[in-house]
Amino acid sequence: MYVTKSGEEIFVIDGHTHFWDGSPANQKNIHGKQFIDCFYAYHSGLSPKEEVWPKEKFEKYDAQTMYDDLFVRGYDDMAILQPTYLGDFYKNGFNTTERNYAMKKSHPDRFILNGAFDPRDGQKGLEHLHECVEKYQVKGVKLYTAEWKGDSKGYKLTDKESYRFLEETQKLGIKNVHVHKGPTIIPLNRDAFDVADIDDVATSFQGLNFIVEHCGLPRLDDFCWIATQETNVYGGLAVALPFIHSRPGYFAHIISELLFWLGEDKLLFASDYGIWTPKWIIDKFMAFELPDDVAKETGVNLSLQTKKKILGLNAARLYGIDVEAQKRKLGNAHKIAAE
Amino acid sequence: MIVTSAAASTSASTCDDRMADVWRQLGTVVDPELDESVTDMNFISRAEVDASHCVHVDFRLPTFWCAANFAFMMADDMRTVLRALPWVKDTKIILGEHMYADAINTGIAEGRSFQETFGKEADGDISEVRRTFLVKAFQRRQEALLNYLISAGMKTERIVAMTMAGISSLAADDEAQKLVARYLDRRDVISATTLASPAFITAEGHQLEAQNLKSYLSGLRRIRANAEFNGAVCRGLLAVRFDMETPLAPKTTKTCR
Repeated sequence: MYVTKSGEEIFVIDGHTHFWDGSPANQKNIHGKQFIDCFYAYHSGLSPKEEVWPKEKFEKYDAQTMYDDLFVRGYDDMAILQPTYLGDFYKNGFNTTERNYAMKKSHPDRFILNGAFDPRDGQKGLEHLHECVEKYQVKGVKLYTAEWKGDSKGYKLTDKESYRFLEETQKLGIKNVHVHKGPTIIPLNRDAFDVADIDDVATSFQGLNFIVEHCGLPRLDDFCWIATQETNVYGGLAVALPFIHSRPGYFAHIISELLFWLGEDKLLFASDYGIWTPKWIIDKFMAFELPDDVAKETGVNLSLQTKKKILGLNAARLYGIDVEAQKRKLGNAHKIAAE
Repeated sequence: MIVTSAAASTSASTCDDRMADVWRQLGTVVDPELDESVTDMNFISRAEVDASHCVHVDFRLPTFWCAANFAFMMADDMRTVLRALPWVKDTKIILGEHMYADAINTGIAEGRSFQETFGKEADGDISEVRRTFLVKAFQRRQEALLNYLISAGMKTERIVAMTMAGISSLAADDEAQKLVARYLDRRDVISATTLASPAFITAEGHQLEAQNLKSYLSGLRRIRANAEFNGAVCRGLLAVRFDMETPLAPKTTKTCR
């Protein structure tokens, strides 16, 4: 919970968190090493100096560290656990639903657990999707379209198999689909980050919400255009938010474009933990004001109400969280723990 | 790619001349996504000319995972602009620390196309993706120039009516001249021009209208915001990945053998 100087409580749902194992012991090959190294470059490149972790901690942190960073040191009230399997890079996977489930079980009121599917897994993949829903009771799925799998370097949401999986997801009552675009896809001559497939499936699957991680960056321009046409496309603010520290001017431009094209009801806060930690991001976000020239140019506001929506209310709406009831529940749990 | 005319010294008699040629030519190669030159982005980690006039260039990118198509384009463009120098006998372009380094280095060394380099991992050439980003570069450069002209007090009616002849003869300060030159360098991505052609058109080739100019510009704004953001991300990642403190081989001297 973030409490403003005037005493107003802001309920925070962290839209994208990981509980990964990127340690050398779990790396299968050079790609496992390069993957966590790339994450670490984002972490150390965009975090304030005093928030940069040693590499070893970043490669693998324990459950208690994560809990403290999110809910004790940080202001998160709840956090969504998003898996990233990467079975071709890591022996036990990077961050599987199963691994996240253990975390969810220890703190059931704190975490929202999401699963995943990979349309290239065929029948086995459909069975896994069912398992995610039935055994782990996931509330959403996260798709990483650039995952390497055998000869494949990724897939598109418009692939025939993706449609089959999205249909099944909808049938199982899952509403929220988080999409994370990455740098590879076959054929390599096309733009791997192209977000046009999101436009297509958002139109075809009106019953699903598509939350596009890091707002389609590096294709934020195309993403904004798509998201204005589709009522069920949302932007997750990971990667964009940390700029508030290193390049506040660019952050002002990005957030004002997002507010201009998508509006304040379509944006979700995310720390992308452990790439970044929520405390400093939220401190800076709450203190941030749009420069006058940017506000004038775009005609948007970043008011307290807008910040409340971004930090928690929008995610609460998508995930059916009754904020007042949840606050009471967490307050009671806190009291019991303290006794 | 747009190859700007090589103002190369024809004789390039000294080592300094040759290195100046090399750096000038490399400066014309842009990262297609960022529309910034590979030299400004600090991607070049080594440039040398050997005794037999072969140019050796090593370059690096912000991540191991940077898209293969853009990495290939940059390497291919470096090769092309360097070979345009009359004294250059050969080129060796080496991309380091990249998921497709071996494939790209071999492909460029043998002068293969992207399709030939990647075989079944590609289903055509890279002209389409190249054009997509040239159009974005056109839009971003146009937005910068339009905003400059508006803030300098030029009437919107005059801006939209401006011809290629008109824009070339604008009495302007250094900053404006730079913006005009950058814009004109991408203007023919959309269509061929004569002196009478409109200077400002949309990416679809339509002439701009004075009454819509403001909303047209807010459409272009997000392209600028995205590109600036990506440029900053890439600079940050590159700085974490590589030692950026130690100066590279000096840009003008002592790198010829």
